[in-house]
Amino acid sequence: MAKVIGAVVVDNEECKGCGLCVVACPQDVLSQNKQVNSRGYHYSFMKNPEACIGCSNCATVCPDTCITVYRVKL
Amino acid sequence: MELKDIINPNNLVYEKPKLLTENTMHYCPGCSHGVIHRLLAEVIEDMGIQDKTIGVSPVGCAVFAYNYIEIDWQEAAHGRAPAVATGIVRTNPDKVVFTYQGDGDLASIGTAEIMHACNRGENMVVIFVNNGIYGMTGGQMAPTTLLGQITATTPNGRDAGRNGYPLRITELIAQLPGTSYVTRQSVHTPATIRKCKKAITKAFQAAIDKKGTSFVEIVSTCNMNWKMTPVKANEWMVENMFPFYVPGDLKDSSKNDPESYTPLKN
Repeated sequence: MAKVIGAVVVDNEECKGCGLCVVACPQDVLSQNKQVNSRGYHYSFMKNPEACIGCSNCATVCPDTCITVYRVKL
Repeated sequence: MELKDIINPNNLVYEKPKLLTENTMHYCPGCSHGVIHRLLAEVIEDMGIQDKTIGVSPVGCAVFAYNYIEIDWQEAAHGRAPAVATGIVRTNPDKVVFTYQGDGDLASIGTAEIMHACNRGENMVVIFVNNGIYGMTGGQMAPTTLLGQITATTPNGRDAGRNGYPLRITELIAQLPGTSYVTRQSVHTPATIRKCKKAITKAFQAAIDKKGTSFVEIVSTCNMNWKMTPVKANEWMVENMFPFYVPGDLKDSSKNDPESYTPLKN
């Protein structure tokens, strides 16, 4: 089976820290940062980047469209 | 493989639709409006109808929708979006017109307008965002508020004796002969969001094919006024709203529903 690896880029300033992407991720990749952005929200980040499969579930549920998804087939 | 090798425009699988502007949405964190706006932008972009789509925005949280989607918009008075859209679609029959309304706008003050617009079978799409509460004004009881639901004006929960029963307006609208496609969707998981996008696409296609009114109810959350986290609000919606507001298609004229509307021949 072809292995797929992905990566997501979260726009830290746009993210409002709602946490919906953390729940939607099937691989438990995303988490909320202890740091806050300039508006005081705990923005999402890749806590576990190796596990990402680029399924784009996080980007689909993001209400602020601040996630961009990339995927490579090995 | 390094992260910087993966993050490359050639490997892109998902990015922000081009129709969404760079403005940061004013909605609260986790608000369903953001997802619905994006779905609309994606559908309009995919169908290539940006030049001929006119949206009618409501009074409610989505009043600033014109700041976020790059199409033509018209603002209507509270609840009167279907009446304004009727005027637009009758004077511009080649345009694709949709209204974007909340439950306080559509099911309360605008009940007469929506009922008669749907009954006349005006050729438009209605996006009805139902979160069971008046979101913009601070969480008062709406007609769609569930029995027992706590709001700013029903602090002990909605009581049928005093406040009446919640209104399933989509079921009422599905009975009207002017509607061609009536459905109830939600946007709380990736699967339901993809399904909702298909429903919105179908509704816009019905408007382009001049089949009559298409009505898409989207059961949503208002986590700020429900006083929950966005994740908890989604769970609450599944547990409490879905037994009453059951998701699914109520009417679909493409499946030869006997009650479906057939346009009159000139």
